[in-house]
Amino acid sequence: MTQITTDTPLEESAFGKKAAGPVGWLDSRLGLAKAGKGLVRKVFPDHWSFFLGEIALYSFIVLLLTGVFLTFWYVPSMEEVTYTGSYAPLRGLEMSKAYASTLDISFDIRGGLLMRQIHHWAAMLFIASMIAHMLRVFFTGAYRKPREVNWLIGVGLFSLALIEGFAGYSLPDDLLSGTGLRFVDGLIRSIPIIGSYAEFFVFGGEYPGELIIPRLYMAHILLVPAILLGLITAHLLLLVYHKHTQWPGPGRTENNVVGYPVLPVYAAKAGGFFFVVFGFIVLVSATLQLNPVWSYGPYNPSEVTAGSQPDWYMGWVEGAVRIMPNWETTILGWTFSWNVFIPAVVLLTALFGLLAAYPFVERWVTKDDREHHLLQRPRNAPVRTGLGVAGMTAYGVLWIAGGNDVIATQFHMDIYTITWLCRIGFFVAPVIAFVVTKRICISLQRQDTETLLHGYETGVLERSPDGGYSERHAPLPANVAYTVSARDEVRVIEAPEDTDEHGVRAPGGLKARLHARASRFYHEDVAEKPTRHEVEEAAHHHADHDGHALEPGARDEFQGISETGVPHQH
Amino acid sequence: MSTHQPGDAVQRADDADPHGEVEVKQGSFAERAEPLDNPGLPEHLPRPTDVYPEAERRAERQVAGMFFLATVLALAFCVLYFVVPIDATFLGWSGLNFALGGTLGASLLLIGLGAVQWAKKLMADEEMVEMRHPAVSNDDDRTEMLAKFNQGVNESGIRRRPLIRNTLLGALGVLGLPAIVLLRDLGPLPGKKQFETVWASGMRVVNDVAGTPLRPADIEVGQLVNAQPFAFFETDESGEHVIHGAELLQEKSKASVIVVRMRPEDITPAPGQENWGIEGILCFSKICTHVGCPISLWEQQTHHLLCPCHQSTYDLSDGGKVIFGPAHRPLPQLPLALDDEGYIIATSDFTVPVGPSFPEVEQDK
Repeated sequence: MTQITTDTPLEESAFGKKAAGPVGWLDSRLGLAKAGKGLVRKVFPDHWSFFLGEIALYSFIVLLLTGVFLTFWYVPSMEEVTYTGSYAPLRGLEMSKAYASTLDISFDIRGGLLMRQIHHWAAMLFIASMIAHMLRVFFTGAYRKPREVNWLIGVGLFSLALIEGFAGYSLPDDLLSGTGLRFVDGLIRSIPIIGSYAEFFVFGGEYPGELIIPRLYMAHILLVPAILLGLITAHLLLLVYHKHTQWPGPGRTENNVVGYPVLPVYAAKAGGFFFVVFGFIVLVSATLQLNPVWSYGPYNPSEVTAGSQPDWYMGWVEGAVRIMPNWETTILGWTFSWNVFIPAVVLLTALFGLLAAYPFVERWVTKDDREHHLLQRPRNAPVRTGLGVAGMTAYGVLWIAGGNDVIATQFHMDIYTITWLCRIGFFVAPVIAFVVTKRICISLQRQDTETLLHGYETGVLERSPDGGYSERHAPLPANVAYTVSARDEVRVIEAPEDTDEHGVRAPGGLKARLHARASRFYHEDVAEKPTRHEVEEAAHHHADHDGHALEPGARDEFQGISETGVPHQH
Repeated sequence: MSTHQPGDAVQRADDADPHGEVEVKQGSFAERAEPLDNPGLPEHLPRPTDVYPEAERRAERQVAGMFFLATVLALAFCVLYFVVPIDATFLGWSGLNFALGGTLGASLLLIGLGAVQWAKKLMADEEMVEMRHPAVSNDDDRTEMLAKFNQGVNESGIRRRPLIRNTLLGALGVLGLPAIVLLRDLGPLPGKKQFETVWASGMRVVNDVAGTPLRPADIEVGQLVNAQPFAFFETDESGEHVIHGAELLQEKSKASVIVVRMRPEDITPAPGQENWGIEGILCFSKICTHVGCPISLWEQQTHHLLCPCHQSTYDLSDGGKVIFGPAHRPLPQLPLALDDEGYIIATSDFTVPVGPSFPEVEQDK
């Protein structure tokens, strides 16, 4: 291959000359070369799905930058002032300093509105990309050993991001964000026994009081971001230590990582991608308005607008609160508001608990103690994929429920019917989703086996001398065939016999039976991988049948079909 | 073409035993040969920019062009910042927002796209292979670490001196208490505040915007009026509101009411509340007993009141009973009467707590 560019030797490069000067000065104090030599050409694998987490990281940087800008003018105070700024419709109204300063940023500071827009859009993208990244990690099994700790850090980041987002959109102290705070007040009150005390301690007295905005501000700009920053750093350090997972394929094994070096490829690609994400957020912020706080007016506990909705990432909690039956019990004079406590507090805790526990539950079921660096295609873990889709379905039902009023008015449907459908759907839809997803995965696995053994369908029909028709199959190219065949294989672990030959019950029999049941649930229907023998057998059969000496692995590229419909090289 | 022309790096990848460094425990894992051998990295194919000088130059021009345009746009941003007036509108929205966001966003995007294009078209694109190492420390390191740790612990003597250990643990444990106690003044204790509102016997029910007192004749059958206690409009000698600021919001979040008028024959009053209305005029708390949203969606035909937040629905002709949705307690009713001048007044505070439930809600005041 001809390389057009010629390389510059180190001694002649600007960097090489500086190595004796300023770079040497730094190195003799910081030991940069020792730390940097492994990182400069560190290899990362390439795949579009690996960029999702990067989007979250870059959104976070954008949030830090724009957030600093906003703090220059935002006043975290609930003290009452009369608005005298440039937004005429609200002039002369009494409002909190927080709201007034938000209006000032929007109308009197040049670029302030843009920064508010960027900050809010970046927050949306931060959480959206985080969820997408998390789903990617889940469905490909990237959380398996040795990455469980990084998964837990990710769950922590996700939960903190929700809190951070909520604290953020409460700060403008407009009518909508105040309604959100009112909901949080009800949520805190619903905590059994200590609810009232928790409410008075959080709000510094009766709702809404004068302290909640300054307190949320502290959490939003100091406490939570500091923890986020620490966790993100740990997340990335672990990523570097473990090296990134990769998809199976030719040349890729559990023991290597195949990809491009940090310098120059990822410096340009990932660095460029930061600017792409930033630029995209800014363009969206320039053109699409969100959270126009000036049109809601200042917070007033006796007013609300119909169709009040939280930001989208809290929509599922909102939905759960809406479809929850009105259970409330009073025991020995203490009232338990299950109607709020279960959908808000219990459900949120349950989501994070389930997410955190999943890798360990799966590890218990599979008894798999190997390190995994090759990703799994979702189809090759049908139960996991099914459970994931079931979870997404439940989330989706709750999300729909969170917009039941909007659906009712837009589609002229009865709101009570929608609520009931969501109540039923929350329990039924995930089960259906699980079964359907699992069956689809298994079908895809079988199809993989089928194409591996019998080739892919060429679309070429052949008529035999006696008039029968058959479709010609062609073997998969070697690289594709290997990629399809490279998957982990697992077997059901059966429980040992209940009793030994003397009829004595085996110790720990119940636990083993429970485990065997879980193992069967997890692995039972999974399509078996073809054996080496089967593949070789099929290859011979193929050769005989078609009269072509075709062996799987003998070709390097997908042959496709020519314009005449005849497969190439046949 | 054949795939089996691996370079050095590939050779290493091929040689590595797929399970060499990774410990495989027996269990559910079938120990069978893979159906196909790993064919090794496919041969690297040159890109057009590697082969054709004109393609390379074109790519170079594209990248540099994008960077140049990004510079122009960033400068344009600075010019527009000073040129476009802050109140200019464009397509019904802030013109400055479009101008600044458009130039800044496009500039950033072009820098990013230029860098990505540079990487894709011009930088070396041959895949490299790096070997992995198990996450676990090697045995030597582990032994050394444990030995050192043990030595450190031994030298501290903490095992031999349980008195020191226990007193230290005690001191550190008790140190948690000051941290908790310090938080005591985060807020006052609830006391009976959640049970009380500003409503009192004889207080006029007034229109929520103008503060004008209401007369039965002002309210037609089927009508809903948002109302407040007169206390919110009371002023002192200097004309300042007596209740204002944070206190006003706190009281409003409990005392806001709605006044509705139904035909008296449609109303089924709760026992003991038969005389709480005036000619079919009833007054209810406006604050939902679910999580406290102000309720205002009134269906005059069915006498249903719907909360816009979570769709709890109350039947106001039936003592504010919950007929759908997540709220549990009925909407508290305020007993009404007429004063000497014929204006609507409350005869007492609410007899039950208003707003979202709390643990003590069913306890006596």
